[in-house]
Amino acid sequence: MIPADLRYTKDHEWVRVDGDVATIGITRHAADQLGDIVFVELPAAGRTLEQFATFGVVESVKAVSDLFAPLGGEVVEANGALAAAPEVVNSDPYGAGWMLRIRLADAAQVDALLDAAAYEALVAEA
Amino acid sequence: MSVTGNPLQPTLFELSRPGRGAGTRLPAPPADALERLPAAARRAVPPALPELNEATLVRHYVNLSHLNWSVDTGFYPLGSCTMKYNPKVNEWAARLPGFAALHPLAPDETAQGTLELLWRLEQDLAEISGMAAVTLQPAAGAQGELTGILMVRAYHRSRGDAARTDVLVPDSAHGTNPATASMAGFRTVNIPSAPDGGVDLDGFRAALGSTTAAVMITNPSTLGLFETRVVELLEMVHAAGALAYMDGANLNAMLGHFKPGAAGFDVMHFNVHKTFSTPHGGGGPGAGPVGVRSHLAPFLPEPLVLREPDGTFRLERAGERPASIGRMRSFVGNVGILVRAYAYIRAHGGDGLREVSEDAVLAANYLKHRLAGAYEIPYERPCMHEFVASSAGLKAATGVRTLDVAKRLIDKGFHPPTIYFPLTVEEAMLIEPTETESLETLDAFADAMLEIAREAHEDPELVQGAPHTAPVRRLDEATAARQPNLRWRAESPE
Amino acid sequence: MAYGPHTAGERGRMLEALGIASVDALFEAIPPAVRATGLDLAPALTELELMEHLGGLAGRNRTDLASFLGAGVYRHHLPPVVDQLLLRGELYTAYTPYQPEISQGTLQTIYEYQSLLAELTGMDVVSASHYDGAAATAEAALMTCRATRREHVLVSRSVHPHYRETFETYFAGANLTFAEIPLLAGGPGAGTTDLAALERMLADPKQAVAGVVAAQPSVLGLLEPMEEIGRLAHAAGALFVAVVEPVGLAVLAPPAAYGADIAAGEGQPLGMPPQYGGPYLGIVACREALIRQIPGRLIGMTADLEGKRAYVMTLRAREQDIRRERAASNICTNQALCALAASIYVAALGPGGLHDVAATGAARAAELEAALATAGAPRLYPGPYLNEFAVRVPDAVATHRRLLARGILAGIPLAELEPRDPSLAEGLLVCATEVTTTAEIERFAAALAAELARAPEAVR
Repeated sequence: MIPADLRYTKDHEWVRVDGDVATIGITRHAADQLGDIVFVELPAAGRTLEQFATFGVVESVKAVSDLFAPLGGEVVEANGALAAAPEVVNSDPYGAGWMLRIRLADAAQVDALLDAAAYEALVAEA
Repeated sequence: MSVTGNPLQPTLFELSRPGRGAGTRLPAPPADALERLPAAARRAVPPALPELNEATLVRHYVNLSHLNWSVDTGFYPLGSCTMKYNPKVNEWAARLPGFAALHPLAPDETAQGTLELLWRLEQDLAEISGMAAVTLQPAAGAQGELTGILMVRAYHRSRGDAARTDVLVPDSAHGTNPATASMAGFRTVNIPSAPDGGVDLDGFRAALGSTTAAVMITNPSTLGLFETRVVELLEMVHAAGALAYMDGANLNAMLGHFKPGAAGFDVMHFNVHKTFSTPHGGGGPGAGPVGVRSHLAPFLPEPLVLREPDGTFRLERAGERPASIGRMRSFVGNVGILVRAYAYIRAHGGDGLREVSEDAVLAANYLKHRLAGAYEIPYERPCMHEFVASSAGLKAATGVRTLDVAKRLIDKGFHPPTIYFPLTVEEAMLIEPTETESLETLDAFADAMLEIAREAHEDPELVQGAPHTAPVRRLDEATAARQPNLRWRAESPE
Repeated sequence: MAYGPHTAGERGRMLEALGIASVDALFEAIPPAVRATGLDLAPALTELELMEHLGGLAGRNRTDLASFLGAGVYRHHLPPVVDQLLLRGELYTAYTPYQPEISQGTLQTIYEYQSLLAELTGMDVVSASHYDGAAATAEAALMTCRATRREHVLVSRSVHPHYRETFETYFAGANLTFAEIPLLAGGPGAGTTDLAALERMLADPKQAVAGVVAAQPSVLGLLEPMEEIGRLAHAAGALFVAVVEPVGLAVLAPPAAYGADIAAGEGQPLGMPPQYGGPYLGIVACREALIRQIPGRLIGMTADLEGKRAYVMTLRAREQDIRRERAASNICTNQALCALAASIYVAALGPGGLHDVAATGAARAAELEAALATAGAPRLYPGPYLNEFAVRVPDAVATHRRLLARGILAGIPLAELEPRDPSLAEGLLVCATEVTTTAEIERFAAALAAELARAPEAVR
């Protein structure tokens, strides 16, 4: 099920906001579409991301997909566990499969994101 | 990742024993042969290469060959690959010592036989494509594409036009097209196809402009359909000041029936390992000659093969044609492959090649007709040398997908068709029989496909678990990508 | 038709099933304005006529010359087992192994090729091959730009001119730049990469360098200071690409030993005849850290669902059919059959045999050097070489032609190999391998001595 407490983008990323830090990942729908994920390319801590710009790449056996920053900010941490175990994105996309933590540049940007109901509707249409 | 499970065949390294096969292939060199080399430049540790006697070596490769499908084994209906028969006389020709032993830097006067062959091949390909000039240099179709697009770039620059930054491709294009555009410094603009599968003229019209360098079109398209709107498209492209590139992968459909250069394409590549029967070799080598109309001829890579007034042949000298885009690779081209292509053309003549296309197109339409009941045919009009079928209906009704149908075909004794390409059709299968398959083979393939469709309804798990009879079952590709093991290492497994 | 199986009756049955009278109905989609009515080609030849025709063409190439020509392509003894195995239809008429379950033969042979080249080069990852040494080297240079995100590459003039010309073409398209590192003009290192010049070029603040490319042995046959070049490159944050020759790697330090990040080169000497230019074998190899940047196919080992060891194309998401415009390279093939030839050749010779090929070539080359020096053609550069070197010959191009008339292919005049460098007008680049005979060397030396004795009278 699509977690109700997260926000989403039309590119199938999710965001969990905690004060001025946001955790970012991809949704189960995205992970299922990609298939077995084999590699995730993430930026290093300290890099500044612009909202909606690409910040990395996720590769599966047969496909590759850009990752788009749902929000702008400075990268605090990338999930190092994904280097050795990228499959965690498939098994636990909203939990241990998180990808990036950023310090928000502008908290108001969250308002532009979809809520769970809107994202659910988007996926249903697809 | 560690070595797992039982191997079908051990590797060369596992067959190796110290001292096995110790050589009588060559006389021993003098013991001091390398003493004059400085120690720092010499290898400290000999390479751990396998040691085998010839019998072990031969059995290894013969047994590996038994694990392969091939054109010489059976039907290979891979769409867009043109898996036609590879004539044995071509192998004989390429191995003639006169051709095989010739060094690429040998003086022209010692290479007249090969130079004449190459020159004649340039002329033949020009005639076949309706182009003014041909380069034989590119080592593969993809390299031919890059050659063509770099010439487009040079052409626009030569006219002082540096604003042309985009290449337009239909969304059904082969992946090499946008990759090529990127390598040449262009941005790719994808134009969705029209509902009938052909190019959408409105889409192209809207995208064409002063920033368009070229369009890259595959004709027939990757759906196996002739681009009926090709004349209007070419007019539109040229009116915008852009050039038209034709991806020649599907030339087998129209030899003697359509000449791209005569129709208005400015540049195209040939895949000689498709249309002209040179063998695929397990993935290469091929060759990708490129033909151009006269306004692009100055930009062809160097060297071309020229004929002198006295009837002798020579290579162009460096710098002889200043507008050339330069070299795409070392030497003049994959000559060994080009010898085979030349032999193929000589064996057919113009009428024979035209008949090749007619038989290829007839066979594809026949197969399409036979499969139409059990699989969706998204485009009902006559196809050219290949057609798309879909398992979308089967998937909806039974859960069995194109991937499963493909793997089950292996159990039936056939190589699967191209699957999940083009990207514009759901659960696509692109099927190209070619002109060298007998009617009984075509019928047997159709029968097998119909049987699989029945199995999908009656026993879907049987299909989904396929292949059952291949040397190996479905592979763990995820682990192969997550923990790459790309070379043999002597350490023992955990 | 030459190879098709259809009888008139069978064509009729297919037409009948389609409900059409003739195959013309299937070509109606071609607009009449652009419909062709045939091809103006020479009439078809029967097999007998074809073989006579091709035999005639092949017979017009000279194969009787005593050849000392190398310059990137080398003649070696080819054990007949190589070609006989290559003629197995299951190997040479197979397609790309996209369906791994029925392609384990091809897949394992390429995995073995990757492994053998990894041993020879000492590098972690070897691709399933590129088109040829030139394309491989150009793509290796592009790799350095991707990996460092810099846009400028330095290439030594020790690298084959065809490879440098290929750089120009590839780099123009990629909007990257490169500059050539000069060679030393004199001294004990004459003809090798000028390290001081390299250092200056690396220090240029306006041009951050992505990669430095040098060849071992060089195109002039000389042994290069590879470790020093690598050290300088790394100190400037650049990657180091070594262009290598695979037979020599049996006896020379491999690129991994002198700090190369990427190795590239021409695999033709491993089991392929010269064939006037190809098909050849582009070697690309790199350290583990660069694995995602390497272009071309990679074959990996895995298991099937029953635990059987199996091989599969892997890391496919780098390739053009998936990445499309974001692919590192548009390459869609590899030189699979050539990689197979190389593997069989290396396995047939074994480590001892490959060592002997290299060592015998070195011994013959030393013989050649002595014979030519006695004949009046000393070496152009003094440094150590493996089996190829340049000699000083007045009016080299004309002398080369007169030797040709005497049945000697005396290497290649440097002026023809490097037309842009007038200082090389008096050089001939010659080589010897294990198939060069003492008799041939003596013939060459005698012919050269005779030509040099005439030279004062010969006016050109």
